[in-house]
Amino acid sequence: MTLLGNFALWAALLFGIWGAVLAFSNRWHGRPDVALSVTRSVYAVFAALVVASVALWKGIIAHDFNIEYVWAYTSRNLPAGYLFSAFWAGQKGSLLFWAVVLSLFAALAQAMTPRRYAALMPYVAGVTSSVTVFFVAVMLFSGANPFERLPFTPADGRGLNPQLQNPGMMIHPPMLYLGYISITIPFAFAMAALLSRKLDTGWIHAMRRWMLVSWLFLSIGITLGMWWAYVELGWGGYWAWDPVENASLLPWLTMTAFLHSVMIQEKRGMLKRWNLSLVVGTFLLSIFGTFITRSGVIASVHSFTQSNVGYYFLAFLFLIAVVSYTLLYTRWPLLEADVELESMVSREAAFLFNNLLFVGIAFSVLWGTLFPILSEAVRGTKITVGPPFFNKVNIPLGLLLLVLTGIGPLIAWRKASVQNLQRQFAFPVGVGAVVAALLAALGVRELAPLMTWGLAGFVSGTITQEFWRGTRARIRMHGETIAVALAHLVGRNRRRYGGYIVHLGMLVYFVAFAGMAFKVQREATLKPGESVELKSPFGHTYTFTHVGISQFKQFNRYVSAATIEVARDGVPDGRIVSEKRQHFTVNELGTEEASFEPSTEVGIRSGLQEDIYIVFAGAVNGTEEAVYRFNINPLVWWVWAGGFILAFGGLITMWPGGGTMAASRRNAQAGYGVELATAGVEPQ
Amino acid sequence: MNRRGFLAFQQDSVRRDSAATPRAGQGAVGTLFNPDVAGRPRTPTLESDNDVVVRNTELKLGCTCGCTLDVFTCRTTDFTCTYSPALHREAVALFAQGKTSEQVIAAFVDKYGEKILMAPKPEGFNIAGYVVPGAAILAVGGIVAWIIRRRVRLTERHAADQQPSDTPAAQTGTNAELERLERELAEMEK
Repeated sequence: MTLLGNFALWAALLFGIWGAVLAFSNRWHGRPDVALSVTRSVYAVFAALVVASVALWKGIIAHDFNIEYVWAYTSRNLPAGYLFSAFWAGQKGSLLFWAVVLSLFAALAQAMTPRRYAALMPYVAGVTSSVTVFFVAVMLFSGANPFERLPFTPADGRGLNPQLQNPGMMIHPPMLYLGYISITIPFAFAMAALLSRKLDTGWIHAMRRWMLVSWLFLSIGITLGMWWAYVELGWGGYWAWDPVENASLLPWLTMTAFLHSVMIQEKRGMLKRWNLSLVVGTFLLSIFGTFITRSGVIASVHSFTQSNVGYYFLAFLFLIAVVSYTLLYTRWPLLEADVELESMVSREAAFLFNNLLFVGIAFSVLWGTLFPILSEAVRGTKITVGPPFFNKVNIPLGLLLLVLTGIGPLIAWRKASVQNLQRQFAFPVGVGAVVAALLAALGVRELAPLMTWGLAGFVSGTITQEFWRGTRARIRMHGETIAVALAHLVGRNRRRYGGYIVHLGMLVYFVAFAGMAFKVQREATLKPGESVELKSPFGHTYTFTHVGISQFKQFNRYVSAATIEVARDGVPDGRIVSEKRQHFTVNELGTEEASFEPSTEVGIRSGLQEDIYIVFAGAVNGTEEAVYRFNINPLVWWVWAGGFILAFGGLITMWPGGGTMAASRRNAQAGYGVELATAGVEPQ
Repeated sequence: MNRRGFLAFQQDSVRRDSAATPRAGQGAVGTLFNPDVAGRPRTPTLESDNDVVVRNTELKLGCTCGCTLDVFTCRTTDFTCTYSPALHREAVALFAQGKTSEQVIAAFVDKYGEKILMAPKPEGFNIAGYVVPGAAILAVGGIVAWIIRRRVRLTERHAADQQPSDTPAAQTGTNAELERLERELAEMEK
């Protein structure tokens, strides 16, 4: 299998080089056979990497511990599902996973892009092949080859890190990878547009859905990452501003900025340079994230083992940045805006400031992540930049973003009149004020949550108003029932109303995040039968009674399960179990050996108001006297709900059909923005 | 983990499970069959472990084990860490001496250096850490606003200059053209 795997990697490398050289040589102009060869090289790279992936999976499933990677990340007693996910659990396997998924996306981009963009496709193939070649080369030449053999064959592997033995780890990393990797396709289209000098909105129409795919995967990946951290790491929260978490947020922020600003380019022919810069920046940030995760240059609980692989990514990052921005600079004169901004009070201006904030928050997160390195370089002093720093800097920016989420949809394109503003803002501002006043009357005094929830009220007013006006118009025009009118409204304007659903998801996120300001926690040591009480922010009194600790063997681990009986306001409310797990592997003599440190499984009961979150910290002196940490975490359920709503809205936005793409394509082809400006017609 | 412990555990696990799980209210403290697999041994919780002042102070101090967590989160999460419980004991001892939270933090900084702080003190070069993002956003926002205003004024002045000589296209366009544009606008607004 290793021979086949190595052969496949070399084949992918050579096919990739062939495709890239041919694409950038420009020999395909007027030579359909050469252009076809470029396209086929993309498919060939994909096929070769599929063979390499199958070879690695075969090695994992067959427990071929002579393969160093298989030995390092699996064991004979590892449950089957985790054998599958072990493919991307380590540095080397994840590089192969990255390469094969990238080649799949590259092949799909070639196969699915309409023929009218044929002039861009060889360049797209060239860029995707170049990036794939880089990943394959890192595997082959930097000591990160997943098919590397050991000089002997161990009886068993080291096993998979217990924290990775969680169902979330079977979907969270692939989702994040899919998000990161698919960014390459929009980047490739942007580069193709620059190389071919076809800088109208064509490349945007060709790649916008790819950007949405990427955004959707990254959104789901980040949310699943939060969920995994919450249920697996046991610290009672879901976001710690860890460098690797930050690295996933950075491209998401710039991508979200792009998804807003691209509308201005499509509708008004403005921000062309900015949009190209955002696409390039997003790709660079995805590579930067990979560098952070794989270099160990910044300490993180999520990092892969420290290795020199990261520095290949750093070099690649600089190379891509220089090439991309040089190319952008040389095409600068071709990227003049079709029209000028006409008013500070317009949707274009609101989008511009929304972009400024998204990119500003990205800069702020990047700045905070790198500040320890900067500080050490300037002052020679090591410092830590943790959650208190990020919260202090980013919460005000987040609140400003929430304000703009509510304002943006309310302002007319081009220029808003005073009457228009009064009509649009009255209801949302009213809702926001009522929510804030109600919460203040209920005793909420903390400024940040109060502002968050008040602004959430304002944004929800905006969204409700938009849906209501659209639905009401349909009811009047077509005589439809509310449900039918709403369904048609969303179905026929997917991009716009899908976007509002995404806003709703973000709003729910913010509401839930603010809830954590009120979390309650305490530690307690309990003998069986002893209880401890905790009052929740919603006014409930929880009584936790320690039942006892049972021990048993399960799969590849020994489990010590501590059970707690829960009563809410004196009414029994079932039991919650938290576990300590000691994983083991079997050595050459056939005896069991502990692998890794003991891990903790949190006991969670999730509710609409609050989560009960119980951590069994350990036993006292080998008895059933247990040390617990009890948390009441408000509104956490809504974080996952927000993620679901966000993903649902994203799916609606990118779902094919709905008419808006066709309309915008026509607009672009007709030179719509220019015609508008000369005709002096005021949009509605 | 010794071999004997695991084997013994395997052989007797059924007996152990059936042996008895104490019921709530009985208060009996049984002995674990195999304490080795129940994580690191713990000591009973003290009042100081739940003290809000201690906790809030520890939230500002980083654990020195390299986990990137603060002392409170680490000691209540990573139960294999030996550093955070020691740092906690140190903090409690300092509070027992009558020190305030600020004094405890200062004592930690003296002993472990500035790196012990979860967020750098806003002084000297560190001020840049706090101020630069907001300042950059404000500066860029200001520049963007200035450029927009300038361009808007230029556009308006240009339009005003053109007014007497050029009849607006909207007035010269045929009804059919205008209808088409309005139709497209409506479509665009979807």
